[in-house]
Amino acid sequence: MKFASEFRDPALARALLSAIADKADALGASRAKPLHIMEICGGHTHSIFRYGLDKLVHEGIEFIHGPGCPVCVLPMARVDECVEIAERPGVIFTTFGDAMRVPGHRKSLMQAKAGGADVRMVYSPLDALELARRNPEREVVFFGLGFETTTPSTALSVQQAAREGLRNFSVFCNHITVPEPIKALLDDPDMVLDGFIGPGHVSMVIGVHPYDFIARDYGKPIVVAGFEPTDLLQSILMILTQVAEGRAAVENQYGRVVPEHGNPVSLAAIDDVYEKRPSFEWRGLGEIDASGLRIRPKYRAFDAEEKFGIGYARTRAPVPEIAGCECGKVMVGKLKPTQCPQFGKGCSPEMPLGALMVSSEGACAAYWQYGSRVAAE
Amino acid sequence: MCLGIPGRIIAWVDKASLMAMAEVSGVRRAVNVACVAGEDPIGKWALIHVGFAMALIDEDEAARTLEALRDLGEAQEAVEQMRAADLALEAAP
Ligand code: SF4
Repeated sequence: MKFASEFRDPALARALLSAIADKADALGASRAKPLHIMEICGGHTHSIFRYGLDKLVHEGIEFIHGPGCPVCVLPMARVDECVEIAERPGVIFTTFGDAMRVPGHRKSLMQAKAGGADVRMVYSPLDALELARRNPEREVVFFGLGFETTTPSTALSVQQAAREGLRNFSVFCNHITVPEPIKALLDDPDMVLDGFIGPGHVSMVIGVHPYDFIARDYGKPIVVAGFEPTDLLQSILMILTQVAEGRAAVENQYGRVVPEHGNPVSLAAIDDVYEKRPSFEWRGLGEIDASGLRIRPKYRAFDAEEKFGIGYARTRAPVPEIAGCECGKVMVGKLKPTQCPQFGKGCSPEMPLGALMVSSEGACAAYWQYGSRVAAE
Repeated sequence: MCLGIPGRIIAWVDKASLMAMAEVSGVRRAVNVACVAGEDPIGKWALIHVGFAMALIDEDEAARTLEALRDLGEAQEAVEQMRAADLALEAAP
């Protein structure tokens, strides 16, 4: 972690920290009775730990790490399906690096590659398109995963493939959306949340209005935030200010990147290529209504689920997660990573048992790398 | 994967398919600029996410974001992924 004195603007960081402390004191927040603030985005989780914000802020503020790391919420069954497609003869399976080490029941994509499957790590779905152009005799499949930040890129790639009439390119679509799981969390009577830090780059695509229901229907503040430490501190202060004033609103701290109504080109591409699934399975959260996307019938030729007959709701029976993992409870903030019996024993970044240990955006990997407030004392 | 990285859009590669050359932390890569093509993106800074320019940003914002991403290790990771992807394009089956 960094010390506040090393921040780009230490004076601002200190001023924000002390303003947060004053507000938290005025609200009577303490370690025993903290205010719970959920950061939805895994990028924010990483930033909070990297800069030690969890240790620097007033002890009456407790961060709950939300389900915003797309790799972490991926059920094992989806990884199994990736492996199954990748092992088909003639297939080149392409994926972002993050997904390579996520464990499946049989193996991860990394292990499938070691076993001879042609799995390639790409930076962009455009690389998968290029592979399809260069290898017309092979089937190139791109693993489309991620939230609304990534969804436009696969949508635009499918449109491009359609324009070119590429017949050997398809997307294995496992895209998910941010607002629906937040609603599921808010409907959970066991969840005690006082406010949300909204995702920055997702909101750059969708704008701020998809969060209106959080303030309007559930009476909770949400502030869309950037990734710098002072962005996060400022957002926390904005949330506390709303709580203190008895208000709940959607506010935008990251207006320099996030337009109120999102990015129209991205939204149009998403709408053209994808439609909502009736429901989708999330690791740790179970089935959530309308939280996943699938490729519209008009782009069926580019849908790996159609091409290979594999995918969500096509797999024979739901496959259970591994016993002894507490990923689900950690995911929704009901347990700290260190409270999982596997933490540091069966499960470490070198040998991840659960996906929360794989990605730097996962809460378990962040705890492992940076430690927690409790451990620091 | 979820964070964009700032890059400077330097020239068109193929205007018809909205592909332009970007420089990201010293690495050049063709990116799709469809989402920011409302105004001429050449010479501007953009947040680039998995090969797509997603938002135009000013130079100061680009510098601040890059610094945060370097701290997080995400800038290095993005550049490594771009390099690894170039290899993946060549790899023999
Ligand atoms: S320590 Fe491993 S098994 Fe336990 S919750 Fe974290 S990722 Fe899951």
